[in-house]
Amino acid sequence: MLDFQNKHIVSIREFTKEGLLKIISLAEKMAEKPPQDLLKGKILGTLFFEPSTRTRLSFESAMSRLGGSVVGFADPKSTSTQKGETLDDTIRMINGYADAIVMRHPVEGAARFASEHSSIPVINAGDGANQHPTQTLLDLYSIEKTQEKILSEGKKTLKIGMIGDLKYGRTVHSLTIALSMFKCEFYFIAPKILRMPDDYLHVATDAGCKIHQMENIEPVIPELDILYSTRIQAERFFDINEYNMVKNAYVLKADLFKNVKNNFKILHPLPRIEEIDRGVDSLPYAYYFQQAANGIPVRQAILALVLGAIK
Amino acid sequence: MNSQPKKELSVNAIENGTVIDHIPGEITLKVVEILSNPDDVMTIGVNLPSKSLNKKGFVKISNRFLTKEETSKIALIAPTAKVNIVKDYKITSKSQVFLPDQIKGIVKCNNPICITNKEITPSVFDVLKALPLKLRCHYCERTMGSKDLHLL
Repeated sequence: MLDFQNKHIVSIREFTKEGLLKIISLAEKMAEKPPQDLLKGKILGTLFFEPSTRTRLSFESAMSRLGGSVVGFADPKSTSTQKGETLDDTIRMINGYADAIVMRHPVEGAARFASEHSSIPVINAGDGANQHPTQTLLDLYSIEKTQEKILSEGKKTLKIGMIGDLKYGRTVHSLTIALSMFKCEFYFIAPKILRMPDDYLHVATDAGCKIHQMENIEPVIPELDILYSTRIQAERFFDINEYNMVKNAYVLKADLFKNVKNNFKILHPLPRIEEIDRGVDSLPYAYYFQQAANGIPVRQAILALVLGAIK
Repeated sequence: MNSQPKKELSVNAIENGTVIDHIPGEITLKVVEILSNPDDVMTIGVNLPSKSLNKKGFVKISNRFLTKEETSKIALIAPTAKVNIVKDYKITSKSQVFLPDQIKGIVKCNNPICITNKEITPSVFDVLKALPLKLRCHYCERTMGSKDLHLL
C-alpha cells in the first residue's frame, strides 16, 4: 500500500515495507515543520468506545495542529450505543458528520467491520487485544529516529530485545510483524508462560530474521540497540505467587544498563506501572516519554495521507 | 417348503448425483450431517477397509450436486475426500475437495470477543494452510486449527 488516500488503516499486516517507510518519512517532515493549515476544513470523528489517554489526545492534538477539527466521544455511555445501536449504524451516521474516523473498540475485529461499512477512512486506534497500527508506526518512527535511519537505509541489522508479556502483548506482536520486513535480529525475553507465540516467531524466521528466546535479560543487554519493555499483567496468572516472582524478575533498574551501546534506547508503549524503575527515567537511554510524543507527527502524517492532503 | 426371498443389502450405483468417497472413517457421519436434507436419497458406507486411510467412508446422494459452500465444509473436515459427479450412471468428473483462499459464513470464530460473535455479520476466514488446517479470522486475526473448528 503506497497510495493512502481514502484508505483504511486497520492492521499492520496490510502494510508493505515501502508504505511503512513513506509514513515514517512524512512523520519526520511533520516533526520539523507541521503545515498549519493542511487539514483546514476537515473534521475527524473520534469514536472511543473504550478509555484511552495517549491515543485519543494525540490524535486530537495532531488534527488540531494541522488546522482540522474534531468531533466525537470518549465515553460510549453518552452515545446511542447504550440504546442498542449497532456498530455499523453508528459508523454510517458518523460518515455524514466527519471526513475520517478514528476508533477504539473493545471488540476484536471491530475496526475491520467498521471499515466495511464506511466510505470515509477508518483508522484503528485499538480493537481489543488485536491491532493498534498507529502505535506500531510510532514505535518504528522512534526506532528510525534514534538509530540513525537504520530502517530506511537498511544497511545495519537492528538488534531489538522485547521483554515482558510477549504472549498477550498486542504492541510486541505488531512490532514483530512490522520489523520482520526489515533487517532485524530479535531477542525475546519472557518467562516461559508468557513467551512469544509461535505464529509471530514464524513471521520473523520466515522473513529471514534471526531470533533468540531467553528468560534472563542481563547477558543480552550489551548486544541491544533497542529494548522494548511491556507490562506483565497480574490477571494473566492463575497463581498470584507465580506472578509476584515473575513480575520482580522483569523490573528494569538503572544498574542493569552499565554496559550498553551508545545508541541504546529503552522503549515502552506506556502506561508504565512497575516494570521500569523510576531511577531509569533520568538515564540517557530512557526514550519512552519522547516515544509517546512521537505519536503526534506520526498521526499527523497518517491523517494527511488518508485525507488526501499529501499524496 | 416356503422359499424365503434372499436378504441382501443393495448398494446400487446412482443414475444421477454425487458420490463423495475417500472420507476418513470417523468423519463420514459428520459429512452426512453437513449434507443431510430430509428429501434426499442417500447411501452411506462407513468404516470400509482402505489402504491409505485405514478406514474410509462414502456418501452417495441421488439427484443432487454440491454447492461451493458444501464442498468447502467437507474440505475443512475431510481434506482427503473426493467428489465424483455421476450422470446417467457414468462418472463424468472426479476431483479432490479443495478450500478456496477465503471462506465465508461456514465456520464460527472461536474468539468469544470477535466482532462476528457480537454483531450480525458472517464470519470470514483466510485459509493460510489446508493441511494441517490453519485459518485466520479476517476480523479479529486469530488463527484456528482443526481442533478449534466449529461449523455453522
